[in-house]
Amino acid sequence: MSGMSKIVKTITSIAFPFTMIYGLYIIAHGHLTPGGGFQGGAVVASRCAMILFAYGSVWTMGKIKEKHLSGLESLGAIGFICLAFFGLIFGLQYFFNNFLVGEKGLNLIFNQLAIGASNINTAGVLPLMNFAVGLKVIAGLFGIVLVMAYATSLKEGK
Amino acid sequence: MIFNIPFIAVAALVLIGLYAVVFKRNLIKIVIGITLIESGVNLFLITLAYRKDSTAPIYTASPGGIMSMPVPHALTLTSIVIGVAVLALMLSLVVYIYRHYKTLDVRKIGGGEEE
Amino acid sequence: MNLETIITHSPALIVAVPLLGAFLTPLVAKINDKVRNIFVILTVGLTAFLVYLLASDVLANGIRTYVFGGGSPVIGSGESAFAIRILFEVDGMNIFMAIIASILALAGVIYSWAFMKGNTGLDKYYTLILLMIAGMFGMILTGDMFNFFVFLEITSISACALIAFWTNKGRAVDAGFKYIVISSIGALFVLFAIGILYGQYNALNMAVLANSMQYTFLDKIALVLLIAGLAMKAGIVPMHMWLPDAYGRAPSPVTLILVGTTQASLYGVLRMSFTVYGGHLTTPLKQVGDITIDLSLLLGIVIVALAIVTILIGVLMALKQTNFKRMIAFAAVGEIGYIFLAIGTAITTITNDPNTGATILTGSGEMALKGGIFHIINDALDVGLLFLVAGAIYYAAKETSLDKMGGLARNLKYTTVFFLIGLLAVSGMPPMNGFASKLMIYQSTYQINPILAIVAILCSILLLAAFVKVFHAAFLGPKLPKFTGVKEVPKSMLIAMGIIACIIIFFGLFPDFVVNNIVQPAANALADNSIYITQVIGGGL
Repeated sequence: MSGMSKIVKTITSIAFPFTMIYGLYIIAHGHLTPGGGFQGGAVVASRCAMILFAYGSVWTMGKIKEKHLSGLESLGAIGFICLAFFGLIFGLQYFFNNFLVGEKGLNLIFNQLAIGASNINTAGVLPLMNFAVGLKVIAGLFGIVLVMAYATSLKEGK
Repeated sequence: MIFNIPFIAVAALVLIGLYAVVFKRNLIKIVIGITLIESGVNLFLITLAYRKDSTAPIYTASPGGIMSMPVPHALTLTSIVIGVAVLALMLSLVVYIYRHYKTLDVRKIGGGEEE
Repeated sequence: MNLETIITHSPALIVAVPLLGAFLTPLVAKINDKVRNIFVILTVGLTAFLVYLLASDVLANGIRTYVFGGGSPVIGSGESAFAIRILFEVDGMNIFMAIIASILALAGVIYSWAFMKGNTGLDKYYTLILLMIAGMFGMILTGDMFNFFVFLEITSISACALIAFWTNKGRAVDAGFKYIVISSIGALFVLFAIGILYGQYNALNMAVLANSMQYTFLDKIALVLLIAGLAMKAGIVPMHMWLPDAYGRAPSPVTLILVGTTQASLYGVLRMSFTVYGGHLTTPLKQVGDITIDLSLLLGIVIVALAIVTILIGVLMALKQTNFKRMIAFAAVGEIGYIFLAIGTAITTITNDPNTGATILTGSGEMALKGGIFHIINDALDVGLLFLVAGAIYYAAKETSLDKMGGLARNLKYTTVFFLIGLLAVSGMPPMNGFASKLMIYQSTYQINPILAIVAILCSILLLAAFVKVFHAAFLGPKLPKFTGVKEVPKSMLIAMGIIACIIIFFGLFPDFVVNNIVQPAANALADNSIYITQVIGGGL
């Protein structure tokens, strides 16, 4: 598909960082307010899809290769499952255990740092899992929209 | 009676979705019918969580009073994610079918024997 | 890290190891193709080894649970138990299905080394196969209702993407579309029923639900929705329309693992009706004269009626096909009908034991249940071997239509022997394993109603006729000129077919050993659900 007019391109470029910050905020505060990995990832992915609509799919496909998106998605998935396996080694020796909550050793540094700053570090391994899932959702949803738009533009061109 | 309206809405959504899947001939309308059924089931799960005069279960320092149950909210979220994945898969298959058969009518694709 | 720790953690590792392998495959594939294939086979081999360890422990020591995240699965005990954590619970029936799934997965992955060579997009193929295997194991081992739904959806999404793998043929994509529509409607019905049960009893755990269930009107609706939704995925008539298309147009190793997922949905029907609703199967419904019709009789008669229709339609449609894989798919529909026939017969004989008040099976019901469960593994192995042979013929001769084949026995010697073994096993001839389980089914259904047994025996003979016709058309006969350059299939495909054929012959020669050690604990676990409940809630039932 081809891009839109110059006014749309300028406004999209200006408003892009603000909505990205909003989406990343939803991912990062998933254990305190409504939100989490999937919801924040969907907001950021729809923001990237707006870039796709404003600038045209051929231009965007030239800038972002699809195999980079594939690599990012695998990285998010591996991070998630490695955090689950670490519960088997540290902590209570059970799969999926929340091993960064508590009062001894590594946890003391991690938790004492932010008591009073709206309790942001007190949920142990949950925010890390939120980041991994959010990365995977951003890469996955944006990849789907990008490839579908590029495929239809190829068919029109031929 | 007014508290039964969400359940009536659930029944209406599921029945309209089933009608669209069974009786319509266009492939895209079948996909929309499945999305309607899924929306109906998600609405049913959220309606189960409400208790009379309750607030949202998100406060760390609560102002008192009862809260609605948080478990069905988590179940509904998982179901929405699964619905997104299924919808993306079905639409990609529809694109392939259109490219191969040049039509979206269910009665004209498939059929016949192999080579 | 001694053996005891591995066995304790193995229910979670059986699901987690294929999942980790699936996510690592795109990175490993950047090195080389051969390294990726060896990595996938090693992952599935490690999973099969873990299943074997867990099986040797559960069959000797009894039921075992595993709570995700440590701690205990309920707060309080006895009647006031409140379920809080997700758990996996492994008893005789679960480990039986896991053994089937591991054999099918290992054979399928070894077979696809040679079969899929020369196709593009193989990175995604191996990732999706590992995801499907992880979802299948999760569906079998879990003890929580919503977890069962999530793994059901994971399995059906990966299976649909694999069925439509050959995207240059329009018919394969069409079969994948049919599969995903019926699959997702069935799964949404299951989610609706889970919502109804949660709203009434405030518990998602299977054991706590079975303990606190009273049989109200809403529970009846939930039971119907659960059985209908899971039967849609298992291919019972009248919901069987997707089976011939999906089995016939997918690549052959994918069809092998698809057979495993169909059996896992059948396991879901068994688990819901025997364990979750187990204590209430003897509620009386109405009096007709002086015969009390209770729920078990009604449910059993409905299941037996559906099963007879399935057997008839499967076998009769198989007789008139000319495409090799579609014929085997219709035979697979008929075999699922046999399993359902045995299960329905077992349900009709459930009554209350007058001495202890527990629910038991009487008379021939116990033999029917054992025959049905034994037939699950026999059906998976036989039909799987036939699909692998069909794939081998397609790989060697590039033909799928029976009208154009002929005289292939001179070129493909080993494949002909494997096809003979599969033919004898599917139609229930001694000394193969099909004979042992079908004999138990005939004997037990004869005592309920003789007509059922006569229909079952006749349909077995019709299956034999259909496959002998195939054998004559494809393998015997004069040599056709266009097949002169056909060579034997590569070694990895022969190894996969050989594994399954050896297990078939072993089960056929020693059926007593198999029934006493593997099938009897499964039947005991299904017939009595009190052990399942007390393991979680902890005494004081």
